[in-house]
Amino acid sequence: MQYTSLILILPLLSFIILGLVDSKWEPKVAGTIGTAVLGIVTLLSYYTAWMYFSSADISGVYQRIIPFQLEWLRFTEHLHIELGILLDPISVLMLVVISTVSMMVHIYSLGYMKSEKGFERYYAFLSLFTFSMLGLVVATNIFQMYIFWELVGVSSYLLIGFYYTKPEAVAASKKAFIVTRFADLFFLIGILFLSFYTKTFDFGILTSGDATVFASAAGASFMGISLMNWAMALIFIGGAGKSAMFPLHIWLPDAMEGPTPVSALIHAATMVVAGVYLVARLFPVYDLYAPDVLHGIAYVGAFTSLFAAVIACVQTDIKRVLAFSTISQIGFMMVGLGVSGMGGHHGLGYMASMFHLFTHAMFKALLFLGAGSIIHAVHSNEMNNMGGLRKYMPVTHITFLIACLSIAGIPPFSGFFSKDEILSATFEFSPYLGATMSLIAGLTAFYMFRLYYGIFWGKENKQHHTPHESPFSMLLPLVFLAVVTLFVGFIPFGEFVTNDGAPYEIHLNRTVAVISVVIAVVSILLATVMYRKESTIPAKLGTTFAGLHKAASHRFYIDEVYMFITKKIIFKNISTPIAWFDRHVIDATMNGFAEVTQWTSVRIKGFQSGRVQQYAYVILLGAIMIAALVIFV
Amino acid sequence: MGDLFTNFFSGIIPMEAYIAVSLVMFFSGIYGFISRKSLLMILISIELILNSIDINFAVFNRYLYPEQMEGFFFALFTIAISACETAVAIAIVINIYRNLNNVEVDSLNQLKE
Amino acid sequence: MNFLSIFVLVPLLMMIALFFAKNRGQINFIAATGATILLILSGILTYLYLTERAAGNMAEMLFTADTVWYAPFNIHYSVGVDGVSVAMLALTSIIVFTGVFASWRIDPLPKEFFLWYCLLSIGVYGFFISIDLFTMFMYYEIALIPMYLLIGIWGTGKKEYAAMKLTLMLMGGSALLLGGILGIYYFSGAESMNILDIAQKTIPLSAQYYLFPLTFMGFGVLGALFPFHTWSPDGHASAPTAVSMLHAGVLMKLGGYGAFRVAMYLMPEAAHEMAWIFLILTGISVIYGAFSAVVQTDLKYINAYSSVSHCGLVLFAILMMNETAMTGAVLQMLSHGLMTALFFALIGMIYGRTHTRLITQMGGLMKVLPFLGVSYVIAGLASLGLPGLSGFVAEMTIFVGSFQETDMFHRVLTIVAASSIVITAVYILRVVGKILYGKIQDPHHEELTDATWWERISVVTLIIAIVALGSLPLWISNMIHDSLIPVVNNLMR
Repeated sequence: MQYTSLILILPLLSFIILGLVDSKWEPKVAGTIGTAVLGIVTLLSYYTAWMYFSSADISGVYQRIIPFQLEWLRFTEHLHIELGILLDPISVLMLVVISTVSMMVHIYSLGYMKSEKGFERYYAFLSLFTFSMLGLVVATNIFQMYIFWELVGVSSYLLIGFYYTKPEAVAASKKAFIVTRFADLFFLIGILFLSFYTKTFDFGILTSGDATVFASAAGASFMGISLMNWAMALIFIGGAGKSAMFPLHIWLPDAMEGPTPVSALIHAATMVVAGVYLVARLFPVYDLYAPDVLHGIAYVGAFTSLFAAVIACVQTDIKRVLAFSTISQIGFMMVGLGVSGMGGHHGLGYMASMFHLFTHAMFKALLFLGAGSIIHAVHSNEMNNMGGLRKYMPVTHITFLIACLSIAGIPPFSGFFSKDEILSATFEFSPYLGATMSLIAGLTAFYMFRLYYGIFWGKENKQHHTPHESPFSMLLPLVFLAVVTLFVGFIPFGEFVTNDGAPYEIHLNRTVAVISVVIAVVSILLATVMYRKESTIPAKLGTTFAGLHKAASHRFYIDEVYMFITKKIIFKNISTPIAWFDRHVIDATMNGFAEVTQWTSVRIKGFQSGRVQQYAYVILLGAIMIAALVIFV
Repeated sequence: MGDLFTNFFSGIIPMEAYIAVSLVMFFSGIYGFISRKSLLMILISIELILNSIDINFAVFNRYLYPEQMEGFFFALFTIAISACETAVAIAIVINIYRNLNNVEVDSLNQLKE
Repeated sequence: MNFLSIFVLVPLLMMIALFFAKNRGQINFIAATGATILLILSGILTYLYLTERAAGNMAEMLFTADTVWYAPFNIHYSVGVDGVSVAMLALTSIIVFTGVFASWRIDPLPKEFFLWYCLLSIGVYGFFISIDLFTMFMYYEIALIPMYLLIGIWGTGKKEYAAMKLTLMLMGGSALLLGGILGIYYFSGAESMNILDIAQKTIPLSAQYYLFPLTFMGFGVLGALFPFHTWSPDGHASAPTAVSMLHAGVLMKLGGYGAFRVAMYLMPEAAHEMAWIFLILTGISVIYGAFSAVVQTDLKYINAYSSVSHCGLVLFAILMMNETAMTGAVLQMLSHGLMTALFFALIGMIYGRTHTRLITQMGGLMKVLPFLGVSYVIAGLASLGLPGLSGFVAEMTIFVGSFQETDMFHRVLTIVAASSIVITAVYILRVVGKILYGKIQDPHHEELTDATWWERISVVTLIIAIVALGSLPLWISNMIHDSLIPVVNNLMR
């Protein structure tokens, strides 16, 4: 399976070529090249997936395959970074997800970004991102993952800041990069700890369950907590940064300043699930050596999910609503992983989480691309400027509705199946957590339909011009993703992706399914009552729970806390004093040496007056003194 | 003391008398060199010092080693050198006078600072 | 004629040729030709070195030559290279080459500028090829003196003050160094000042206790060791472009190189005993430089403080005393040399157009200066350690290496030093956001023209080097690693 290396090489080449030619070519040519290259990559990914999933051994267990690997850098005898390609169920799954969504976004952007300046740059960055993301998921060792982890961070930075003349976009890109970078620091330290005690970066060895690898780490502890817990918690912080877990989620809503297709690709479907993927990748290690951390992940995921869902209910910018919804759904995936065990029925949460990752990528990309289509027509992100669009944009309307039903968890749309699996796994882990997650699922249905009615129903706003349906290049991806969303739920997912490689047959947990569908339907009805026509209920509720409403609108003031820490503490109370200290203490000391030297020199320069008579006088005195000494002593 | 007087009045001038004169001249010269402000006076003081040494050379030669002539020769050398030195010095002083309109030592501070 | 001596001879010939040059065209031609020859030579040297090693030559230094220079004091002219020096020579050649193109239109007195520039490069090349303490020190001094004139005459701003400060502080350092070197020579009882000979001897521990700090601090001043780093912001801010490049790019590396080649290698016992003091100082350097850079407003000051932080990391890694960290230190020297040279080149070019270096007075330059803007972003990304560019390789090697030391003290320091990568991201992105993105602040900036061909040569060469080091690091890292084994063995003795 040597050809898999092309999956990485082609987007990189495309990036280099498009980056070098910059604006010398027709924009259309650049777009076509980028899309064509990605088309090949997508086909290769599908082919790889087909080959891989048809290559299970006799007992039906999928093996890890490393078709390609080369040494990149050698640190010590044991620790060396390899660049390679690792194929196992989750990496193949991710290959399919990423290439599909990226392909759709490439096609969509041909229409959406048509009139933008810097079209070539846009496609160059998209290629860079695709390369990095694919490299991340096929990483054979944790350091390769870290390398591509940083690369996706930077491509995300470049794409968020694509409209670089817009101050908000620049600020958002900076924020995204620095927040994730901060989390990456912990990831790095975690890697250092893990690799020091296990003497390896390799995923194959780490997840093999071989106890000798962890022998030296098992006994060690720091501040009463075992080192493995420390290391895995630190690594999770890295994942939490990329996956926008509370309290490192603040960059994701701002990242919506980037072009909408970028939000669909990076900030909904692929990059933000990197944290989930990281935990899934190291799942055996978490399960065996840091179960406490794994449970912590479940609670962090649940809290983030609830928190983001509440905020999403009151946002008015449609992309922000989707961003918070993304955070909330990633929380679901984290919970799925956190409650999971190893193998067979215990591994249900893991399987469900990966399943949800897959379906979420499709329907969330669809939602974002639909939102892009709406923004393209209305030229605004604000829900207040929309309303009654269903007549003007029928295709967008239908596809958006499908996505909303899917995320709300209505059968037979894909979201229902994956979310249901997560819920049943959670109920098995802890009924309280399960109940909370069901409640969040209800909230999800509610805010999604609030969004849906706000855009497509309700009062028709007087536009400057009549909104029109988007061009074909934008509708094609919408339709494709809608079809995927409709049918993907019927894939027997457990056949392919489980954490021990052995297939597992999914049983629908009837009770949980019924409960969650009922909650979803009730929430949708509630949203229908409140938002389908103009109604005073939302305003009343807003005044009744004024405090909560205000806090949620301000995203619970987390951003303000961060601003306080960075601006007031780091800038004002650390950096500025240090800079002052440097100029006025350290440098002044050095200047002080010079001044003392000068002062001394001024004091003693009288001896070198240049007056010969004075010299003669001193010489005479000296001669007399010496003579006196010789004579009398 | 008696010896000195007898010698003096018998027409033989004792060596000490010469040395006394030369000593007075030497220290007058030193004093003048240190205390005078005018370049010309300093020059004259230097001449005094040199001349006192000339006297010493001649006297020591005459009294201590009468059969040798090195002392006299040295005195002559010194006179020649002091003549040269005076010539150069006067030239410098005249130049200074032309430039600064005085010959005070203290006014020669152009090269300082 | 020894192959290595050609590196010193070429700049010397350039100086003679420059002496007879009549106009700017000839001067530029001579400088460019000479620099190209040096670049090619360093390529050949690297190739020869690797083939020699591949052929199984295990000598510590290759291409050695030894001539008695002044017999009564046992002063020899002895040269030789190992992997570290080869890497540093390659770095020097790249920077000298790009520096020539960056000063293509230097004004006034181009001839004199290049004369001093060549003298400076003689000093640097000579330092890296020497293995005799005395010649090493001599070349070190040769490299320092031209700096005074280059900054004092061709600089900007408070140039006289900066030139004086830089020269005096570095001279102070070299005074410490001279004491250290003479002490090493006498106490070791060696027959010559050759480093390899002295390494065979043992210097009494009581002497090491004061010789080690002397030499380490002597080199540390040049390597911007806290608190002796303050010449760096002023000096770099005032120096002309090419001089900043050469100074931050190569001359500061003399400090790191000397610190491990002389201080650590010759006095391993004291190094073990006293490393903790300097580890704390370098740890402070790393964080302190980064935090200082966050609030600066002058581009060159930002870069100078960032150099303090990055060079602090070099000394930090050297003091960790294991092969991995030390390899990282050398990689960091290379990486920092390249990217800081790129930064200074770009800042010089931007300053030449906007006539300001204050980030508050610039904005939206990406639109009018796309080439320079993109290059600046690349330099910035290299500086904050993006994989695929040189900074990442160096920093990761350092952190992984430092983490191999198991005790709490080293661990904590490593984590503190590692946190600088976040602060670096803050100040780099702040600058990029302020000067390149956003709206154009000054209407005059609308008419700026992008880079000329000579500027492009300079910038592209550096970017290629950064990308090459960052994406294919294995061979160079192995080359350095193998050469460090004798040093580390000496330390483990």
